[in-house]
Amino acid sequence: MGEAIVVTSGKGGVGKTTTSANLGTALALQGKKVVMVDTDIGLRNLDVVMGLENRIIYDLVDVVEGRCRLPQALVRDKRFDELYLLPAAQTKDKDSVTPENVRDLVLELKKDHDFVIIDCPAGIERGFRNAVAGADRAIVVTTPEHAAVRDADRIIGLLEKEKLEPPKLIINRIRSQMMKKGEMLEVDEICQVLAIDLLGIVPDDERVIRAANSGEPTVVDPSSRAALAYRNIARRILGDTVPLLSLEERPGLVQKIKQFFGMG
Amino acid sequence: MTAAKHHVTIKGTKDGLVFVLDDTCRFSELLGELKHKLETTHQQILTGPLIHVQIKLGGRILNEADKEEIRELIGCRGNLVIQSIETDGEPPVPKAWLENHIKVIRGIVRSGQTLREDESLLLIGDVNPGGSVLSTGDIYILGSLRGMAHAGIEGDEQAVIAASHLRPTQLRIAEIVSRPPDEWGIGEAFMEFAYIRNGVMEIDTINHFHRLRPERGKG
Repeated sequence: MGEAIVVTSGKGGVGKTTTSANLGTALALQGKKVVMVDTDIGLRNLDVVMGLENRIIYDLVDVVEGRCRLPQALVRDKRFDELYLLPAAQTKDKDSVTPENVRDLVLELKKDHDFVIIDCPAGIERGFRNAVAGADRAIVVTTPEHAAVRDADRIIGLLEKEKLEPPKLIINRIRSQMMKKGEMLEVDEICQVLAIDLLGIVPDDERVIRAANSGEPTVVDPSSRAALAYRNIARRILGDTVPLLSLEERPGLVQKIKQFFGMG
Repeated sequence: MTAAKHHVTIKGTKDGLVFVLDDTCRFSELLGELKHKLETTHQQILTGPLIHVQIKLGGRILNEADKEEIRELIGCRGNLVIQSIETDGEPPVPKAWLENHIKVIRGIVRSGQTLREDESLLLIGDVNPGGSVLSTGDIYILGSLRGMAHAGIEGDEQAVIAASHLRPTQLRIAEIVSRPPDEWGIGEAFMEFAYIRNGVMEIDTINHFHRLRPERGKG
């Protein structure tokens, strides 16, 4: 029996889908059998970020409404044999599935996958409730901005009411220069307010955008610092103790870290 | 109560029996004597047809488990039916303390959440931005107040808001709204509280609390 992890944030545009794609891929890199579920019905993105849009035949709503069997709707990744995507429907809206539908679906997926990564839509309405329904644990993604932290806090409050393990935090799009100058919220400050465990920090990296646009998750490109961050997060999910990524951008040090992890 | 063995007094009224239980002795002594009286000395008056029993505890306050023990003891006599268990008069705790009774709550009030109490409250945890805490009385926070706090929501201008770390988005006491830091400077002091003086919200460190609100929290 696998484990279902929902990736959520409340606020839109903080990097839920990017995080889902990269975590899914990073876990597959570690040899795990992973399925990513896009629950953002009506605004599906995960397939685009993964570069799998043109392989979609059936989607989540088709499975729920019985037009196909679950395995038929799973899209196999073009890079990893053990990585699958269950895409969202683009033509329907969030009300076309219920939290019970998603719970049953995730339960079914957990049977033959080590990890089910659920990409949650922005907001706290039906789409959020759908996404959270089948999850065993939650990852809250935020960026070092007041608005994002506020929404993350709201989401944590809602998650605490669900029967999940305490959620874990990923702080995305960190710019070390701005943080140093005090123009951006600091990691410690965010952790203090949200009072949940920090799973990882991801530096802001142009390559993430470039990678998403070309349908290649960043994590496969070992020269990117964001990739290293996602790999570290995946290892923490698997139970390894990995120190937080250094925010210093001295190339020498980065090179050393990469060499240490065998990616240099 | 003079002699040692008179913690339980049984009186007859037209409605049945009244058990007056002393409120100054230990509860275990009380139970012992009650048992003794029920099982040995007062056999004659306690047998017969159904009798309604009122139990008066005086100032003693019992929890449900203790009350249940009394019910069981008396229930052994099949003909005794307990009508009521009453606590009356002055409770053993000082009245002033009760009036300043503080509800203790643990947890984090997160964005979008509201905590409301109809008495003073002590929150052990933080109030995050976007979260609000409301009370008819005082608000004490053992943690950071980063959200909104409203004390004396029903108009008590004597109410105060205190926090280990006072960094609110907004404070309200009774009808008065204050928006830090525009209206008062933020120092680096810890343990501060907000109160109203001459219709204006003021902030002071907690060590001045007893002087500014001497009638609050007296034991």
